[in-house]
Amino acid sequence: MARKNGQELLLDVRDLAIEVVTRNGPARIVDGISLTVEKGETLGVVGESGCGKSLTMLSLLGLLPNKISVIGGSATFKGRDLLAMSHKELRKVRGGEIGFVFQDPMTSLNPVVRIGQQVMEPLLYHRNMGRAEARKRAGELLKLVGIPGAEERLDNYPHELSGGMRQRVMIAIGLACDPALLIADEPTTALDVTIQAQIVDIVKELRAKLGMSIVWITHDLALIAGLVDRVVVLYAGSVVEDAPVDELYENPAHPYTRGLLASIPRLKDEGAEKLSSIGGTPPEPGRRPAGCPFAPRCPIARAECERAVPALEPVKGEGAHRVACFAAGEIAEAVA
Amino acid sequence: MNAMTKTEPLLQIEGLTKHFHVRLGAFGEREAVVHALDDISFDIMPGETLSVVGESGCGKSTAGFTILQLHRPTAGRIRYQGRDLAGLDEKALRPYRRELQIIFQDPYSTLNPRMTIGEAIAEPILFHKLAPKGEVKSRVERLLADVGLPARFAMRYPHELSGGQRQRVAIARALACEPKFIVCDEAISALDVSIQAQIINLLLELQRKYGLTYLFIAHDLAVVRHISTRVAVMYLGRVAELAPRARLFGNPLHPYTKALLSAVPEADPAYERKRQRQILQGDVPSPMAPPAGCRFHTRCPLAIERCRVEAPVWRETSPGHHVACHLAEGGGE
Repeated sequence: MARKNGQELLLDVRDLAIEVVTRNGPARIVDGISLTVEKGETLGVVGESGCGKSLTMLSLLGLLPNKISVIGGSATFKGRDLLAMSHKELRKVRGGEIGFVFQDPMTSLNPVVRIGQQVMEPLLYHRNMGRAEARKRAGELLKLVGIPGAEERLDNYPHELSGGMRQRVMIAIGLACDPALLIADEPTTALDVTIQAQIVDIVKELRAKLGMSIVWITHDLALIAGLVDRVVVLYAGSVVEDAPVDELYENPAHPYTRGLLASIPRLKDEGAEKLSSIGGTPPEPGRRPAGCPFAPRCPIARAECERAVPALEPVKGEGAHRVACFAAGEIAEAVA
Repeated sequence: MNAMTKTEPLLQIEGLTKHFHVRLGAFGEREAVVHALDDISFDIMPGETLSVVGESGCGKSTAGFTILQLHRPTAGRIRYQGRDLAGLDEKALRPYRRELQIIFQDPYSTLNPRMTIGEAIAEPILFHKLAPKGEVKSRVERLLADVGLPARFAMRYPHELSGGQRQRVAIARALACEPKFIVCDEAISALDVSIQAQIINLLLELQRKYGLTYLFIAHDLAVVRHISTRVAVMYLGRVAELAPRARLFGNPLHPYTKALLSAVPEADPAYERKRQRQILQGDVPSPMAPPAGCRFHTRCPLAIERCRVEAPVWRETSPGHHVACHLAEGGGE
């Protein structure tokens, strides 16, 4: 593809494979995921629980839990392979050039350390700032993410803040060192809709101001519709579709993506009687079917789908829209 | 439903109030009152789905629990088919407990891990003596079929099931009691999108089949729009607005309802990019010290002096459309 000339790519993950050690032996939970993030691009990574979306991102940061490890692939960030880095090298990247925001602000902030100190930490570590300078910058960062009375808040403990405010603090920490890439893992899932709208608004504003790339991991296709440039859809540890955002919502090519979009009730529609739904449940890690992982739930699966795994290929010609489905061509024709 | 119950509400909730007394501080030296529910009133009609929406801490779950007498109300009445449940003791409540059921949010913690699915579903049947012993097995199989699970699941344990399957079991357990009314307390919120649609369809199908009445507690407005007959919007322990679905979504009167609707994202990139949102500032105040006057005035973009001092009354602006807002006078925009 034309855009993959290596120059503009900030992150290039190729054939990432992750295994977990279980009582019954190793089980593959991420099976050959490839994705890219361009400079200044916002990528949405969508999938249901257990699809490997969080583990993929954690593996880049060297934060995989015990018994889960990367067994193959590469992740090139600014020309260096994150997966091949030593702990020491990775520590320089993490929280510096790559910022991250996790789902649950209740548990990802240290409850016994003041907010200010937690925002200052990356500045002290990565930027070698003095305490006074770091504190001043921490105050600015809290103001940047829209925390009222930012300077006074520096001395608060996390429990003195609401969920939405805590998530803003997390974003401030993620952005502290002007990262080239911000990884946000379901940053609004634990929040109410009005607060979610505030957070999404702030991220959009900061992106325009600071120009960083963002990877936004979510299960919510509606939430990212107005936020991202491109979407990667994961199913059972594999990429099933990768497309520019408008293209994905208008012409979803994979039966899973189509099912997901059809199962979302929409405010604009009048309440239809029956929602279309995807039958069955995703396979458990380690019990992936031999062929296409979606075949057992797929309404249009055929014999070849159960035998071989479809490759991620452009839907037409050399387009940026790629799908891993044997029947995708027929779907496109049927729709057109 | 017969002609008589058609006009009579199944449940009449009048002035329902629930305050929790809590102790604060490291040694519990400070006392405070959480105003979880303050003077809410509405009817629930047989066969309808009344949805209650609002943000965390607005009292929507407390409302469901208090209606079922899982919390005893601080004040107010809950009339079920004319009988006030609030005054009844546990023993007198028992027959009503069978008819008034609940499905909880988290299908991972609501099933006993040591009971098979069959035992879990049989338990209420045996407890309420709803079938002779010999027929329990076939009754369990019928219930499993009702919720779309194969009969062999009766022998399985909860850990062998996925979240969606467990939620089906929780529904079967509620159905086993042959209820008239079910509180669905965020019953689909913990499930994945593709599974949510399955469970919503199942709930609607069962409602038609058994003439069930639902109180559907949720925060997902798109889902609520899909399944509701009427919708109540709660804010900080009070009901801000209640209206038939089409009116609430088509012509919301309360500024909070408008803001809530405006915050819901749509799966449509072009629409989202040009959409003008009305984003509420700030957070919900603490229910331990709710603001005076209208409880929404601290975040309301339209608030005037009167809102700070005088609590708006609960008024009916057009048939079936109730709102508590000084500025929604006359029901106009």
